[in-house]
Order: sequence, then C-alpha cells, then structure tokens
Amino acid sequence: MNKPLRRIAIFCGLLVLTLLIRDNWLQYAKADSLRNDELNRRVTIARYSVPRGDIIVGDTPITGSTETKSNGLNDLKYKRTYKDGPMWAPVTGYASQAFGATQLENLDDGILTGNDDRLFFRNTLDMITGKPKQGGNVVTTLNAAAQKAAYNGLKSRGKGAVVALEPSTGKILALASYPSYDPSSFAGASSADGKAWQQLQKKNNPDDPMQNRALRETYPPGSTFKVVTAAAALENGLYTSADQHTDSPDPWIMPGTRTPLPNEGNIPCKNATMREALRWSCNTVFGKIGATLGNDKMLAEAKKFGFDSEQFTPVRSNASVFSEKMEPSQVAQSSIGQFNTAATPLQMAMVVSAIANDGKLMKPYMVDKLTSPNLDTLEQTQPEEMSRPLSSKNAQILQSMMETVVTDGTGKNAQIGGGVTVGGKTGTAQHGVNNSEKPYAWFISYAKTSDGSAPVAVAVVVEDSAASRDDISGGGLAAPIAKSVMEAVINSKK
Amino acid sequence: MSSTSNPPTHHTSTIGAIGAPSRRNTELALLVFAVAIPVFAYANVGLAIDGSVPSGLLSYGLGLGLLAGVAHLVVRKFAPYADPLLLPLATLLNGLGLVCIWRLDQSKLLQSLPNFFTAAPRQLLYTALGIALFAVVLVFLKDHRVLQRYTYISMFTALVLLVLPLVPGLGANIYGAKIWINIPGLGSLQPGEFAKIALAVFFAGYLMVKRDALALASRRFMGLYLPRGRDLGPILVVWVISILILVFETDLGTSLLFFGMFVIMLYVATERTSWIVFGLLMSAAGAVGVGSIEPHVHQRVEAWLNPLNEWKLSRQGIGGHSEQSMEALWAFGSGGTLGSGWGQGHSDLIKFAANSDFILATFGEELGLAGIMAILLIYALIVERGVRTALAARDPFGKLLAVGLSGAFALQVFVVSGGVMGLIPLTGMTMPFMAYGGSSVLANWALIGILIRISDTARRPAPAPVSNPDAEMTQVVRP
Repeated sequence: MNKPLRRIAIFCGLLVLTLLIRDNWLQYAKADSLRNDELNRRVTIARYSVPRGDIIVGDTPITGSTETKSNGLNDLKYKRTYKDGPMWAPVTGYASQAFGATQLENLDDGILTGNDDRLFFRNTLDMITGKPKQGGNVVTTLNAAAQKAAYNGLKSRGKGAVVALEPSTGKILALASYPSYDPSSFAGASSADGKAWQQLQKKNNPDDPMQNRALRETYPPGSTFKVVTAAAALENGLYTSADQHTDSPDPWIMPGTRTPLPNEGNIPCKNATMREALRWSCNTVFGKIGATLGNDKMLAEAKKFGFDSEQFTPVRSNASVFSEKMEPSQVAQSSIGQFNTAATPLQMAMVVSAIANDGKLMKPYMVDKLTSPNLDTLEQTQPEEMSRPLSSKNAQILQSMMETVVTDGTGKNAQIGGGVTVGGKTGTAQHGVNNSEKPYAWFISYAKTSDGSAPVAVAVVVEDSAASRDDISGGGLAAPIAKSVMEAVINSKK
Repeated sequence: MSSTSNPPTHHTSTIGAIGAPSRRNTELALLVFAVAIPVFAYANVGLAIDGSVPSGLLSYGLGLGLLAGVAHLVVRKFAPYADPLLLPLATLLNGLGLVCIWRLDQSKLLQSLPNFFTAAPRQLLYTALGIALFAVVLVFLKDHRVLQRYTYISMFTALVLLVLPLVPGLGANIYGAKIWINIPGLGSLQPGEFAKIALAVFFAGYLMVKRDALALASRRFMGLYLPRGRDLGPILVVWVISILILVFETDLGTSLLFFGMFVIMLYVATERTSWIVFGLLMSAAGAVGVGSIEPHVHQRVEAWLNPLNEWKLSRQGIGGHSEQSMEALWAFGSGGTLGSGWGQGHSDLIKFAANSDFILATFGEELGLAGIMAILLIYALIVERGVRTALAARDPFGKLLAVGLSGAFALQVFVVSGGVMGLIPLTGMTMPFMAYGGSSVLANWALIGILIRISDTARRPAPAPVSNPDAEMTQVVRP
C-alpha cells in the first residue's frame, strides 16, 4: 500500500503548491492593482487617514483638512475643506469621502496623501522618528486675482467659462466655470453630503454645476475662429499682409451651392483687407479664405493650434473639433466657427496665446510644482513648446489686426489704456435648430504691456445669457470680463 | 523516556523503527515555540490597536501554555512514541487563530454589526474542549484498530450527521449553504466536521475488507484496470451521496471533501490508478452538472468567475449577493509581500464571517504573502506527518485511516483557502484550527488525536523478536 501512499503525499503537496502559486499571484503579481483599486475601501481610508496636503495658489492654500466628526464608526479620519470652493472647483476638482476624487485631487492623490514613492524616504524617516505621516503639496500656476475677476465676472452675467494663460510659458492663470459647486458641501460621508451631491447632479440640476466648462465643454467658437482662418491665410501665403485687398465678393455664394454666406448687418466687406474684415467680422471674407485654402490646409492649421486632440494640463480637457472631409461650403462655414467646429475655452485661449507669443504655442499647464510637506520641491514643471502655428512675422501681422479690433472694431469694451495694448476678437456663435437658441458670446484677447511683453491671453465664453438675442455680442458681454481678468494679471505683476 | 536512553536508530521512515526515540522532548521544545509565537502576536495586536500590551496577555499566555502542557503530558503518558510535530503544529495554528479572532473582535466596524459577539473567549473555550476531546481520544482509544469494530456504526453516524442539517427546524441556512444545525441552548454546529472522521473510519474498515475484491477482479483495457460492474457499486453510492449533499446542502466543499476522501482511500486500498481516473471524471461531471442546474451553486460559480461584479451587485442592494469574495481579494492584495502588520489591516471590511470562513484573508492582509506561505506550509507539514504516519503504520486499517484523515484535511485546506483566494468557488467550510467555530476545533483536535494514536502504534518499538540462532549468526557486523 505504500506506493499509492507516496503518490497521495505528492498529490497533497501539489494541492498546497497550487495554493502557494495562487497566493503569489494574488499577493505579489496582482497586489498593486488590487491595493490601488479605487473601489477598494482602503484607498479611501488611506486618502483620509492623515490631513491631506494642500493645493496652493500663490502662497495661499485653497484647501484644508478637518477632523471628521466621528460617530464612532466612520473609518475616515479627516475631511477635505475648501476656501472659495465654487471659484476654485474647476482647478481642484473634489476629494469626497463618499464620492471619490477628481482632477488635481485625483491626479496628484499620491502626493497629497503622502503615499507617492518620492515621499517614501521621508515617510520612512517619519515612521522611525515617530512623527505622523504628512501629505505633500501641489503648487498651482494660477493667479488668485485673475481667477477672482473671472469668476465674479461670470457670476454677474450668467453661465460660461474663462481661461487665462501666460503666453510665454503656457501657465494657466485663471480657469473659471459658472455655475459652479462647492466641493466642501459633499466632502464628507454623511447623509447631508449625499443630499448635496444629489442636488448637484445634472438630472436634478439642469444648470449642471459640476460640469467643468473651461475644459470639458465645447462650444461653436463663432467669429473668434476667424483668427485661425487668418493665420492659415498668412501661413499659406494666400495673403501676405493685413492691408492687402482680398478678393472677396459680397454677397458671396458658397461653392457648390446657391446659398450666399450672409454677413451680420450692413458692413463693408466687399474686397475688404483682412484687417478691415476682422474689424467688422466679415463672414464672406473669411468664409471664402477657408473655401479657397480647402479642408486640408485649414485642418492642418487648426491642428497646429491644438484642435482635434485632448490636452492634459494635467487635468484632461476635451478635444476641440475641426472636421475633415467636408464639402467646400462646409469648410467655408467651419472657417467662421460654425458647422461642426467646436472649441473648449481652453482651446481658444491657446489660439490667442500662440498669436501673442509671436507664433509659439506653449503647452498649457496648471501645476507649477509638487512639494514635500516641508516644501522641498519634488517636481517642477518646465514650460514646453507644443507647436508653432505661425511664423513670428505673421504672428505680428495678426496681432496688429487684432489690436485694430479693440481700438476701432467690435472689441472696444476690452480697451485698458495706460500703455497697455490689447488685441482681441469677438464672437457670437449661433446654435440650436435654425439658430433658435440664444447664441454664445465669445471674446478672446491678449494684453501687451509697454515693454512689449504679453503677460496674459484670455478666452471668455458666456452662454445662454438672460439678455435678448440682439444684445448678445462678444463685445458686450464677454469683453468686459476679459478686460477685468487682463487687468488683474497686469496689476498683480506690478 | 528521553531520547538519550534509546539505542542508536536505523534511519528509516517507513518501517516502524525498532527502538526509535520517543521524541517527546523535541515535542516539548517545539510546543514552547508554538505557545510563544501566538503570545507575541497577541502582544503585537494590542500594541498596534491600543498602543499598549493587552491586559489579558498573561492569562492568555498561561491559558494556551496550560492547554498545550496538558496535551503534551497526555501524549507523554498515553502515546509516548507519537509523532512529535503534530501537536505543536496544531497548537500553533490554534493559537494564531485565537489571536486573529481576538484582533477582529476589536474592530469597531464588526462591533457595529447586528450579530456581533466577542468570539475570542468562546473560541478559547472551544479550544479547551477540543484539547479535552484530544485527551479523551488518547486515553480511551488504546489502539486505533478498535475502531474497525465500529465500521458500520460509523457509516450510520456519518449519514445521520450529514442529513441533520436538512431536518426541518434543526437545520440552519447560513448564507445559502445548509451545513449547519441549531441546537437550542448550545448554539450552532457543523455536523459535517464530525462526519468527516466517522466516514474515514467507515471507509477504512470497509475498504480493508473489500480491497482484494476491488483490486483483483478487473479487466485490463487501454492500460487501465477496469473494475467489474458490480464493484462499481460502492463508489457510485458515495458519488450519489456527494451529489445529494451538493444539491440539498448546496455546499461544494463538503461534497468535494467526502468524495475526494473516498477516492483517495480507494486508490490506496486497491493500488489501482483507474479509480483515480473514475473519481476525477465523476466529480467533474457531478460538479459541472449540479453547478449549471442548481441555482445557488450556479450563483456561487458566477461569483467566483466575476467577483467584482458580484461585489457591485451586492453594493446596489440586490439580495442574495455578497461582497465578501471581492473584499477578501482586496485584503490579500493590500497585504502584499510582507503584510500591514498585526492589527493594522482593514480585513474587517469583509464583515460577515470575517473570523470564520474568511479568516485567512485577515492573515493575508496583516502577515502578507510571507505569512500565508508559512501558514500553508504548516498545514502541509501536518498533512505530511499524517501521510508519513500512514506509511509507518503496520496494519492496513491504520494506513487507510491515517491517509483518509490526512487526505481529508489536505482537501479541506485546499477547498477553503482556494475558495477564499478565488482559486475555486467559495464554500461554507472553515480553515481547520484557525477559524472561529466549535465544531471545527473539536473535530480537528479529535482528528489529530487519532493520527497521534496511529503514529504512536506505528513508531512504538516492536515486541522483542524471538531469538533465532540463525539470525544471530548472520548478523552484520558494522565497523
């Protein structure tokens, strides 16, 4: 009987071996993915076991932590708090005990909780010396004054978004969305937090306050897109100066159709120069430029500005759209920011920032550096060139055109004075079936100080305003917000 | 009785060594470790949770030490040649289990659950009872061959025990598996744990008598010995009973355990590989068949294939689903290689049955891969000592009983830890010695008692051989 006994011994050994292999698979091979699974409660417990590190603007933290009022059961020790939550929500995102984390709170969670590998040595040291673990900080590029101007400007005018960039680096200076939400209101796990969360959901709140309009909403850019078309015309050599007369009939029948492309009102667009066409916002001139250049060249230029791809700031933005394989008439409409063309406010800020930076597009970013709890820098973001949508010479031509818009054209409301030169472009984008809904009011601009540097480029969109249709124009609604944001940036530099 | 008083030994493990050392002192030394390790673990839990050494440390240490000491003395007196590893290994597992149960008692989350009670004192009581039962086995069972007389009584007992959970009013359905009975005033009992031992006795007695018929009367076909049709009877009966267990008690583990034990013993008794092939085919057919038809078993299989989905369904409040499997996997993963350390994990998230069916997950999280591997190897060592006892046993009944018990023990460890680790569908059985539960502790101490009895008989010096002049003359003289 001993031979089968030995075999049974081997069989039992194999059973145990199988268990050992399975255990290695679970606790070694799959350990990291199991441990960091968002649904694994331990991730949340770790996130709130120590006071979270802060998100910092300038030198001031815009977040905080408070001990959770415990009913003896809550296993999450600390709760996130926010200063001016609604204003900063598009930047911070939220970190909620019950509803997870988004945006910077999520992307830099490792640093904020202190679990990042770069803090490992420090944590080990703290463990030995008996100090509690601390989270690191995220220092943003934002400008508090500009953000405030942007948020208050939107608040007084209705739904919309503002993005301001520093053209020479790509730093995001303001990122506002309205209506917004206070992430403090649902940071905990109580029933009140749950209620607040429910009320913010789109199905319960048609204004959709949790939508980050600055990064995640694409709007038809309307006439503001004409600067992209103008850039394409200059880059492709169709016209070489701002003051050269264009070959533009008015009315102009779109190729392949019998439909004229109308201008808004009775404006001098026939054979107008590009400067005049931008000043009056002539649809006929830029529609024809787009149709003449064709789909491919327009698409190539739009892509250089960042269209058709998501941006990671590091918070992801939606991709803006310029379509391919369109009919010439559709290209014409697309070239004045209608048809399928759609852009996020960030995208239009990138457009104007590249023009203001003499043609060089810098990658937009909002995290300046990550620091350890004692403020040692762990990672510093370096400005990075993304592309060159237009040459320095052409950029200057376009700048002078945009400056005319502000001095003599539709953008007069953005004038600052005091040696500050402003270049901009208004936009009024139609939307809805048969343009039945209220248009979006756009304004994009940059400001140049007397030393010739351009410290700020800004894009503003105001949607669904309470004002009547005729009154809505980029110049009337959006330009004043852009102006106050630019002023805030310039004043904070002084 | 110390080893030094014995003559030099022949180093062979299969034949009962003449004049083998008793190894009782080895056992005692190992027992010291088996008690010390859980005591340190206990202190560790207290330090991690409250920052202080738990107040019960001394009494716990003394209690465990006393129990181990009594068990050791009983072995020393009544089974002096027994295997020296079995008792320390079982003590260590039992002690660690107690620490873990106490640790889970401290969890605020578990304390907030409606059915919470402090389990550690009860488990300590069960341990004391278990060791008492162990002592009773050793004192009253002078020779394991006595059990052979009770072959058919064992069968009857086992059947009754297996049917009990199905008796209306007595059986309890706990999370789907019907393997419990409620005894008013005594609490609940898992009769399957005791049936395991009774069945091993029955199979050993039965197979010892029938092995020749089963082994020899067969035809050869494609290299396999095919048994005669009528010899297929017994295995078919056991198979049908296993399937009935699966269908009516809806527990894959129990079913697999009994059928597996029978196949192992049948194979050892007859030395015919064909039985293994038959056994595997039949169990596969049975498991697949029932798994696809019986809804509860089917759901367990679904939960095993997609634990995350099961977790989500349960989270949405859909009845009949359980978060436990996924929570256990997360506990294992979060433990990683070295674990979080005693008292610092969050395995209480498993909630129900965290200290019984799922206790291994707590070890996984707090002691890590290293700890689980050590624990699995301790179980493997117990099985190995059991099979070694079977090899050393001089009578076929002892061999069969020892291999049956150790095989069942191995299968149980495999089925339970495989279930918790997501290797196979989850079952309602518990980890021997470690999990909370009176039936399991009692039955497994009795099992160890029987193995120790067989190993004592096997290793006891044979009666002095009748002196034979021829043998004297041909004795080998070693330089």
